[in-house]
Amino acid sequence: MRFSLLSLVRNAFSNHQNWGRQWRQPEPKKTYDAIIVGAGGHGLATAFYLASEHGLTNIAVIEKGWLGGGNTGRNTTIIRSNYLYDESAALYDHALKLWEGLSQALNYNVMYSARGVLMLAHNHHDVMSFKRHIYANRLNGVDNEWLSREQVKDFCPPLNISPDIRYPVVGGALQRRGGVARHDAVAWGYARAADALGVDIIQNCEVTGFKRDASGAIAGVETTRGPIATKKVGVVAAGHTSVVMARAGLRMPLESFPLQALVSEPVKPVFPCVVMSNTIHAYISQSDKGELVIGAGTDQYVSYSQQGGLHVTTHTLDAICELVPEFRRMRMLRNWGGIVDVTPDRSPILSKTPIAGLYVNCGWGTGGFKATPGSGHAFAHTIAHDTPHAVNAPFTLDRFRTGRLIDEAAAAAVAH
Amino acid sequence: MTTAFRLPKGGRIDRTKPIVVRFNGREVPAFQGDTAASALLANGIHFVGRSFKYHRPRGIMSHGSEEPNALLDVDRGGNRREPNNRATVVEAFDGLALKSQNHWPSLTFDVGEINDRLGAIFVAGFYYKTFMWPPKFWTSVYEPIIRRAAGLGQAPTAPDPDRYAQRHAHAEVLVVGAGPAGIAAALVASEDPNKRVILCDEQAEPGGALLHDVTSEIDGVPTSAWVKAAIETLDARENVTILPRTTAFGYFNHNHVALAERITDHLRVPLTGLPRERLWQVRAGRVILATGAHERPLVFADNDRPGIMLAESLRCFVNRYAVLPGRQIVIATTGASAYRAAIDLKAAGASVTVVDLRLEGDCGTELVAAVHAGVEVLTNHTVIGSHGRQRVTGLIVAKLDGNGAVGAPRVLACDCAGMSGGWTPAVHLFSQSRGKLRFDSGLDAFVPGASVQAETSAGSCRGVYDLAATIADGAKAAGGSRAVAASPTYTSFQPARIMPAPPGQKPVKAFVDFQNDVTAKDIKLAVAEGFTSIEHVKRYTTTGMATDQGKTSNMNALGLLAGQLATEIPAVGTTTFRLPYTPVTFGTFAGPNRGDLFDPARVTPIHDWAVANGAKFEDVGLWKRAWYFPARDETMHQAVARETKAVRTSAGIFDASTLGKIEVTGADAAEFMNRIYTNAWTKLEVGRCRYGLMLKEDGYVFDDGVAARLSPTLFHVTTTTGGAPRVLAHMEDFLQTEWPDLKVFLTSITEQWAVIAVQGRRAREMIAPLIEDIALDDAAFPHMAVRTGHIAGVPCRLFRVSFTGELGFEINVPADYGQAVWEAVYESGRRFDVTPYGTEAMHVLRAEKGYIIVGQETDGTVTPDDLGLSGLVGKAKRDFVGKRSLVRPDVVATGRKQLVGLRTGDLSLILDEGAQIVADPNQTVPMKMIGHVTSSYMSANIGRSIALALVVDGRRRMNERLHVTTPNGFAQATVVEPVFLDPEGVRLHA
Repeated sequence: MRFSLLSLVRNAFSNHQNWGRQWRQPEPKKTYDAIIVGAGGHGLATAFYLASEHGLTNIAVIEKGWLGGGNTGRNTTIIRSNYLYDESAALYDHALKLWEGLSQALNYNVMYSARGVLMLAHNHHDVMSFKRHIYANRLNGVDNEWLSREQVKDFCPPLNISPDIRYPVVGGALQRRGGVARHDAVAWGYARAADALGVDIIQNCEVTGFKRDASGAIAGVETTRGPIATKKVGVVAAGHTSVVMARAGLRMPLESFPLQALVSEPVKPVFPCVVMSNTIHAYISQSDKGELVIGAGTDQYVSYSQQGGLHVTTHTLDAICELVPEFRRMRMLRNWGGIVDVTPDRSPILSKTPIAGLYVNCGWGTGGFKATPGSGHAFAHTIAHDTPHAVNAPFTLDRFRTGRLIDEAAAAAVAH
Repeated sequence: MTTAFRLPKGGRIDRTKPIVVRFNGREVPAFQGDTAASALLANGIHFVGRSFKYHRPRGIMSHGSEEPNALLDVDRGGNRREPNNRATVVEAFDGLALKSQNHWPSLTFDVGEINDRLGAIFVAGFYYKTFMWPPKFWTSVYEPIIRRAAGLGQAPTAPDPDRYAQRHAHAEVLVVGAGPAGIAAALVASEDPNKRVILCDEQAEPGGALLHDVTSEIDGVPTSAWVKAAIETLDARENVTILPRTTAFGYFNHNHVALAERITDHLRVPLTGLPRERLWQVRAGRVILATGAHERPLVFADNDRPGIMLAESLRCFVNRYAVLPGRQIVIATTGASAYRAAIDLKAAGASVTVVDLRLEGDCGTELVAAVHAGVEVLTNHTVIGSHGRQRVTGLIVAKLDGNGAVGAPRVLACDCAGMSGGWTPAVHLFSQSRGKLRFDSGLDAFVPGASVQAETSAGSCRGVYDLAATIADGAKAAGGSRAVAASPTYTSFQPARIMPAPPGQKPVKAFVDFQNDVTAKDIKLAVAEGFTSIEHVKRYTTTGMATDQGKTSNMNALGLLAGQLATEIPAVGTTTFRLPYTPVTFGTFAGPNRGDLFDPARVTPIHDWAVANGAKFEDVGLWKRAWYFPARDETMHQAVARETKAVRTSAGIFDASTLGKIEVTGADAAEFMNRIYTNAWTKLEVGRCRYGLMLKEDGYVFDDGVAARLSPTLFHVTTTTGGAPRVLAHMEDFLQTEWPDLKVFLTSITEQWAVIAVQGRRAREMIAPLIEDIALDDAAFPHMAVRTGHIAGVPCRLFRVSFTGELGFEINVPADYGQAVWEAVYESGRRFDVTPYGTEAMHVLRAEKGYIIVGQETDGTVTPDDLGLSGLVGKAKRDFVGKRSLVRPDVVATGRKQLVGLRTGDLSLILDEGAQIVADPNQTVPMKMIGHVTSSYMSANIGRSIALALVVDGRRRMNERLHVTTPNGFAQATVVEPVFLDPEGVRLHA
């Protein structure tokens, strides 16, 4: 059933008895044309675009837990595309353009809210780095502008721009098209739309191994619900990608870290945009429900535990209270962790692999949510054509061997 | 002052201390010892707020931290205001100002109540299905309306006047919860005076549920006397710390438990010097969780009206606060415990009817006791609705027939109602400890399974409800035993997910999660739409995601979901419990880390001199560095021009103490240096220095600096200011994990040595009078040499090095002598008009010479060859960190960016650092960028602006004209060699 105000009203009269399932709960078939491992936002988007743009509808998304239950449902939902390098700017802006029409494309309100992402500069190095980004973005056709200290205050009045704080705000870089979206709705919207095109989403099914044919190419997967034959497998398993790929005998250049986030109790609108400060590690916006959504940094040590250290949280709230002293009396409602997979150059891998028929999409680190539509779109192209889309061609697995790195973290000193 | 619903005697309130609190401006008389909730109820006020989505009138539902409804804005005066406080835990004091939330224009008349009428549309997830057209309207129209409607209270708008403290503590035993189980555990655990025991409890006084039990006895004494005696015993033990008003809210690995202690919120005038709250981080040998249980509401139509409360909460208000919540009370229940409330309310003078879903035969002695006490009891009855709007006026009940069919409804008039759907153990902290929960069908609840940390749950948080058993369980958890005789506790109940209602009942709102306005119908809808995982249901309906985190709603939601899926609760599972157990103030986490204490400011031994001499400072990492020394009203530009000229014409003095310094010692020190740096170190003679480049494994420049060999086994290494910690970590990483065979020790000596750079052609003459034991002439002490000796009588390591291109020395002296030696050198230089210069002049001077700064000319993607420094890469060396990466195909390919100089066409134009470079400014967007500006300054010595840049194939583009972005379009610049001054380096040898 198509979602609209009209259908909502019509169903209200029938006491909402007639809404259908948003996605089916199918049994796995014996064979699929392609299998996506991981039903997070990226995996579900991949399936949706495989079905909608490449005509592959006999496909399945296999998920160890429940769909959208990993980093898709745990992140702070920041969306922006003002990356430095041409390769990154192209990839993330490809995603941003898809965000702009995503609710309509999926017929599911993902609440993409372009309220602006403001990154704060606190020292000379920040200023230089931001200006480098701004100039590069503009020549790449990506919006990003420099704000003076006073303009920062005008754009986000709650911020403390006093020169007396330990690391005063000296200016900022603003991407007005940046913003936030409702993370769960992204997973659900893609799931519903993919399901409607015939994609099987199989939850509570873990991939335990890979089957190869005589040539070494992928022939299928072993799962906790039995073997499934397929010639194409796309692994999109975020923090557990290295675990899944190891089952195919591939060692990935990934490290996994716990990353934490938290929300406050809900309050009336008080914070108008997204603010990021990498120098003092503070990332904050306010959800439509009214909660302040705050991101922390990663723990220092690698781990598969979805629980980070308390000191990371306290440090983040130190910074929030410096930026907005009024928030000291706000209260934390909920704190949680996810596992992020990080590559040596902090850029993702969307790539073919040395195994024919096996594709991998991982390494998004702390910033994968914003790329969800673009990532799925490009990865679907890669799987369908066995050759990458122009926007993900540079993001190969091979680059760590050849040295053609795309080191955003080094260039920016800014978290994704 | 009298209040209508205050009983003439009893309760734990202090009747000698009358107070007045304000609710929406109205005076509310109360007593010390009241909570905001009991104060309001004593005055007959139940209706205190509006719900989140439907703006329905809501009252006080509970008596503790699980309260979902009664969220108030609390103003303690002096900018001590914040929203969303649970009225049931706010301690009242004279002058406390309370306000209701989430309504406009007033509590009793709220426009938002329209949402309740439109409730048929505003079902779970409705916002995912609409507001999509036209696309631009989401951000501009729909979202702002939704945001304004959501959000409950108003955020604080003034800076917080309070301060917060933090404390770390170790204990052999941490007991969480000071109810009967916790007290028993603490008594046993603290018998050994060598065991440190911490007992914390969220309430203002220990006792837990015993604080409102006035009828039970333990070993023949009233429970209050038992608690008093036990606490006196614990108080007398020096090894015991009792922390009231302290919530254990987070349970981390290694028995690390976070507690939030609230110290001043209950005081009218906080004592000077006291922090408002304190964060305790306790590392405990053993944690005993005695966190109690929460009562479940019943799910029936309109179960949310003001005046409908949890049954045990009625009992608490009447016994603990001497407040009669109503005069005519109906209690709907599915279990025995509600009878305690009924009996106590009856004894306090209310007329009480119990409506019990159970058959008479399924009831125990509680039924007899209640009837004996004069309580009317209707067994085998369901409750199917309520009357009233801003206050309940009646419950609609019906008898069930033999087949469970609902009979004819009738209304039992009341001014207050109770409900009890059984008990849910508070397993939050156990779950946070990563312990797996186990469903106990006898208890109809999740209880702790096997512990994964040194933890034991005791008492009702693991389903042991009987008083005597609870005390025994607490003692056992602490490794002892304590058998007591206690009054029996009524505990059994018959689980009911939703109260039986007649078929075809009109669409109703039967609330599961009260705060988030989630109804039983929402859960049904979610299941119908395919949201079958409890995590999906939670997120789609938002049940359990409000500020109470589902303490009262989770089990009902799970039960309803299991019913919809025709399965059992264990098959549905449960959601993950997140910290914090109850909301915790941001300030408590931040503690004293504000303002100057946000991060430590590192200052050099010469800092005070710079302050006294008018320096402006810049932040470089944690350091405060002298940026420039303006004379009178000079601008930065003028000061830097003067400082840089002085260095080139006579002499300058610079505080380089922030440089990272590491001593590399040991038999294999030279071999270690050889492996860590790209260039060769084994043959470096004692007494000589060398500039070194350090790469990461990826082959990109990581750090640089000069290192000196002071003996065959001792190197004095310098790093960049910002790089010092990561370089030491990098070195240790390789030493400990890759080359454990090397006999090398690494010691950070950054803080041990002050460094005074004296630069300029007069440098030698300046320091000569202060030095007796080092020959300074060029032959005896050439460029890139190091000597140890004394300066101004102070031991020194004297380097002849230069980061300016001038004759220069860097004087290392023990930090405590730094300022004295600085002053002596400065005094000695006065005859040459020596000029102190700051980091900005330092940057300009080195850029004039084309010397790189790591982090400015490099960004983690730059190789030595990109910088024109391939000569520093030891070709003959067997290995060094990064060597293998330097031969990767894309690292040796053409088309890499290389360091060059830029001269702008306009001599006065200072390019932006970070500006991008293109070959053709007339191309269309996206443009092909070929490089960027890394450094850019006005050079007074050269008389024009200069810039360094990384440009694709830059060394092959000499004299090529390129185009650089500016805020106003492109500027022309010509590619030149990156050395603007004295390319032969003759000045070094002046």
